[in-house]
Amino acid sequence: MNSVFSFARLGALLIKEFIQMRRDRITFAMMLGVPLMQLVLFGYAINNDPKSLPAALVATSSDPYTRAMVSALQTTGYYRFDHVSQSAADAEFLMSRGDVAFVVTIPADFARRVERGDSPQILIEADATDPAVASGAISTLGTVASQALLRARGMQEAAAEAALGQLEVVVHRRYNPEGISQYNIVPGLLGVILQMTMVMMTSIALTRETERGTMENLLAMPSSPLEIMMGKVLPYLAVGGVQVVVVLAAAKLLFAIPFTGSMSLLLTAVLIFVLALVLLGYTISTIARTQMQALQLTFFFFLPSIMLSGFMFPYRGMPTWAQAFGEILPLTHFLRIIRAVMLKGAELPAVATEIGWLVVFVALFAGVALVRFRRTLD
Amino acid sequence: MNAIDVHGLVKRFGDKTVVDHVTMTVAEGEIVGFLGPNGSGKTTTIRIMCGLLTPDEGEGTVLGFDIRTDSLRIKREVGYMTQKFSFYEDLTIGENLEFVARLYRLKPVEEHVARTLEELGLTTRRNQLAGTLSGGWKQRLALAACIMHKPKLLLLDEPTAGVDPKARREFWDEIHRLASGGLTVLVSTHYMDEAERCHRISYISYGKMLATGTVAEVVKNAGLTTFVLQGPRLDQVAEALQGRPGVDQVAPFGATLHVVGSDRKKLEAALVDVEKEHKGVKVAPGETSLEDVFIQFMSGSKDNMA
Repeated sequence: MNSVFSFARLGALLIKEFIQMRRDRITFAMMLGVPLMQLVLFGYAINNDPKSLPAALVATSSDPYTRAMVSALQTTGYYRFDHVSQSAADAEFLMSRGDVAFVVTIPADFARRVERGDSPQILIEADATDPAVASGAISTLGTVASQALLRARGMQEAAAEAALGQLEVVVHRRYNPEGISQYNIVPGLLGVILQMTMVMMTSIALTRETERGTMENLLAMPSSPLEIMMGKVLPYLAVGGVQVVVVLAAAKLLFAIPFTGSMSLLLTAVLIFVLALVLLGYTISTIARTQMQALQLTFFFFLPSIMLSGFMFPYRGMPTWAQAFGEILPLTHFLRIIRAVMLKGAELPAVATEIGWLVVFVALFAGVALVRFRRTLD
Repeated sequence: MNAIDVHGLVKRFGDKTVVDHVTMTVAEGEIVGFLGPNGSGKTTTIRIMCGLLTPDEGEGTVLGFDIRTDSLRIKREVGYMTQKFSFYEDLTIGENLEFVARLYRLKPVEEHVARTLEELGLTTRRNQLAGTLSGGWKQRLALAACIMHKPKLLLLDEPTAGVDPKARREFWDEIHRLASGGLTVLVSTHYMDEAERCHRISYISYGKMLATGTVAEVVKNAGLTTFVLQGPRLDQVAEALQGRPGVDQVAPFGATLHVVGSDRKKLEAALVDVEKEHKGVKVAPGETSLEDVFIQFMSGSKDNMA
């Protein structure tokens, strides 16, 4: 007897679920509209390479070298010297308040050291509480400063080369020494948006049936737990697929994110990730008794996913225990895959371990859901 | 073979025993009424029978299948109509029926659905959302969906709650038509007139099966005596009767008063006293009704819901 699985019965559940999905217009609009809205909102709001950042200048002398240095920094577009010739203590205060993102200190003996060829120093202190803010400004710093100095001394090309090594730009990333960036946000957003919508939608899949009283009927009719699970999960997998296309297209068209790696590898990884998510949501719905509980559980899972996956804060900056926690979140592994594939052009061997992790999550969630599923109303 | 044959069923939720050693047999082709007050364990017992709940104690078979181990096969052969409408309100009538037909793997789906719609008289409203149907129509739709796969046993949990008398009458005609075709029906209800349309009834209260048999048997076995009083100022007579030894129930029925007691001698003594005190009151022996019996059961059994 075909008691555990029948395609006809699965078909019945799938058709029913798609009709309900189509009829619930608001939810359907949310599933397609929210990803796009979030992407545009966060994608533009979160800027990895901000320009014209407020800066304070601590410089006691006004010799040509100092002036050349300041104007060179200004022309990079990153620095906007709102506070000039502050005392070191004042500058420190401004930074602690968050009024300036940088404090540039040019020592009083800068000119004398340049003249003497005695490795002159400038100090750039960056507010790195948000590492992304400082990284662009700092990365251009070395060359800009050296060239400015060389121009000021009017050196020839050959001599310039030798002098380049002399200038020492001391960079202090304040408050948070770790700083990673570059196109991090948009690929990461794909993972976050998928996690948000997929888990939420499926987490209410069973509780909705229970609350509307239809669960009793569904259980009284011949349908196996496997059929019910697949009947709930597959429609949302399809919705996830549409979401992925929408978000990736937007990433390309609106944000011009480079797609360095293999598209098929990326889509495979996304598919496994979405499958893990819908199964996670379904698992939640086998645990929660009401839709409200299901949503609470979803958020309970969502926040650590954002915080500890490396989406918001650098993974390597977290303490060991937090890193260990991050490892058990599907989003962590997905972020590594999508960043590696999209931005670094990584091939399968490079991300095989991470994809393996996602497969483990799929198996784990499906197993837990099937065990947790109550075939009776007990 | 009995369609239902269960012994000593016990179901506890926490420290409450909702079903307390219930034994029940229903023969094939029988219509059995399942009666009892709210919260008496009717729904729980029915759910155990169709495999939706596992009993804590007790054994039994439904249609020859073990209720503990064979619930999937029971589900295929039983039609269960829940107390609350439990089809999809955001699916149309047609879509709901298609869903059920596919789940039971009825082929061809369209033929079964079309025939069911035809029988229901809902062909023209096929594309109407089920949620927009009135109570009576929802009930008809639910029944149609339950019998579409031609079950051998129908379990109906208060199917006529909130349904008007005409629709109820039609519903019961349908039930009898199905039973004459060999279908076994167990139906829970609150209504006495519905109980009287059943071949047999079982009365359950606070989890315990108190009486079972035909209506006449149940009334007879209750051992109650009923007198009908007529005369002026019956409200005062009723007040005077309350609480006297031997008087268990005093209930006005139109221009008469029904007085019921389980101890005939004490009851007669009490009535003789009242006849003397109130001039013009006539006492005549009356017929004990099923309702009198149920009221007696309800006041006699301890409330375990508190």
